[in-house]
Amino acid sequence: MRADLELISDWVAPNSRVLDLGCGNGALLEHLQEHKHVTGYGLEFDADNINQCIEKGIPVLEQDIDQGLTNFDDQGFDVVIMAHALQQFRRPDLLLDEMLRIGKEAIITFPNFGHWRNRIHLGIKGHMPFSEFLPYNWYDTPNIHFCTFNDFRDLCQAKGLKVERWAAVDGQLRDHWWTRLMPNLFSETAIFKVSR
Amino acid sequence: MPDTIPVDSVGLVTPQVAQFDTPLVLACGQTLPTYQLIYETYGQLNADASNAILICHALSGDHHAAGYHSMDDKKPGWWDTAIGPGKPIDTNIFFVISLNNLGGCNGSTGPTTVNPETGKVWGAEFPMVTVEDWVETQARLADRFGIQKFAAIVGGSLGGMQVLEWSVRYPERLSAAAIIASAPKLSTQNIAFNEVARQSIRRDPEFFDGNYQDHDTIPHNGLGLARMLGHITYLSDDSMGNKFGRQMRHDTYQYNYEVEFEVESYLRYQGEAFTKRFDANTYMLMTKALDYFDPAAREGGDLAKVLSKAQCEFLIVSFTTDWRFSPERSEEIVDALVRSGKHVSYTKIEAIEGHDAFLFPLPRYMAALRGFLSRVSKRLPKENA
Repeated sequence: MRADLELISDWVAPNSRVLDLGCGNGALLEHLQEHKHVTGYGLEFDADNINQCIEKGIPVLEQDIDQGLTNFDDQGFDVVIMAHALQQFRRPDLLLDEMLRIGKEAIITFPNFGHWRNRIHLGIKGHMPFSEFLPYNWYDTPNIHFCTFNDFRDLCQAKGLKVERWAAVDGQLRDHWWTRLMPNLFSETAIFKVSR
Repeated sequence: MPDTIPVDSVGLVTPQVAQFDTPLVLACGQTLPTYQLIYETYGQLNADASNAILICHALSGDHHAAGYHSMDDKKPGWWDTAIGPGKPIDTNIFFVISLNNLGGCNGSTGPTTVNPETGKVWGAEFPMVTVEDWVETQARLADRFGIQKFAAIVGGSLGGMQVLEWSVRYPERLSAAAIIASAPKLSTQNIAFNEVARQSIRRDPEFFDGNYQDHDTIPHNGLGLARMLGHITYLSDDSMGNKFGRQMRHDTYQYNYEVEFEVESYLRYQGEAFTKRFDANTYMLMTKALDYFDPAAREGGDLAKVLSKAQCEFLIVSFTTDWRFSPERSEEIVDALVRSGKHVSYTKIEAIEGHDAFLFPLPRYMAALRGFLSRVSKRLPKENA
């Protein structure tokens, strides 16, 4: 079990109806079905991932999230989750609106671009960050809308969204007193639960 | 002709006939006092009859889905790529039933068989049959085998409509439903295509209002034309382009109406070959069954409400270049299932073959079907494991 999935799972109420955007091989939904008795669907675009979900019996729908989520009813889900993918979409802000139209709550995790190591890469070395955690070059990265912990918090504020809960954790998803104290500088992954 | 039967084939099969003497009230209001269904089975039914898979055929399909009837057969059954030992519909695990639907022309009671009341071939007198009627007869066939609940019911195109109908008509009688390249109802354009096909048959002077058998003839031209039109709609622009392009018979234009382009020759051949194996009245009936199918109409157009009765797990599959049963039509089913909170997975397979793709063993498609059914097989009693 990946640590981030464990963490998200703690934030999902039992028996919820869940939509997992970019569900990968269905690991989170599988975990949530088993431990939280949730029902719901994963959205995925990758063929191998889709077939893995089908084989595991995880309900998966092949859909390009960038083409919109208009096929889902208003407030049809208790929680809409997007783990480590928000920065990969064309308009994260509009996607966030959609998540909260479809779901009562949204859980989002994303890499914090404000982490001190990224700042060193850019500020001292003068290069886009490249790490085990962000293993892409600027030209081939799927991460087209990086943001910092603070940027996301500001977006929520600007949209008048309520941050129900947040966590700032290191690469292994552990939280420390320093990541909690200065999340924008010390967290590698940011996790937010928001509602309208 | 197979020199030897391939190891992943179900081998030589012999069709069976089931006689039904309980009258069947059809959706059109008429009653069939008796009727026969021809079917084939592959694999072994387990002790508690829980490992059965029903195959529902499409417009021009029949009961011969897999294997060979004799060593002289040129080709195996129509879905041999998917059904057999070790194939996605694995006959080492499942007991597969494939029948020719009522109104068909390959051995089940239909326009080409004799009406016992008159002693004459039914011809145009054969009543209209619907998807609902077919499901009813399929359920009666299942009863013959003592199958209370199918492990899965699988079908493409018109076959998918039968699977959809099963899921709400007898929700307790199937655990899994695979609906492939199908739709919850035909689009206007689709009905229009069907009407052109029917008109081309009916306007053939050899049709004789459907009583051509009395005149020892068949509406060759009309049926061939209907098939040519249908065939175009089952392929994609790209697949036809790849296959024929603008290849010509001669090096230069002949400036006449004989075959100039290879695609013309191909279509003429397809049309002609079809008239040898298919009955015009059955073709008309099948297109009407397609047109009439609209389960959502029973709930004022609310498909989700209709599907709320379903209890099985669903796999919905569409193909990117299918314009006769486009991915959007499959997605209507998916959206309705999501709305009613059903267990559904959906995959849209990249394919060049158009609607016909559902008959091809495309790796991603076969893997999805295999994965879905392997889940189903895990719920079977241990003897099958």
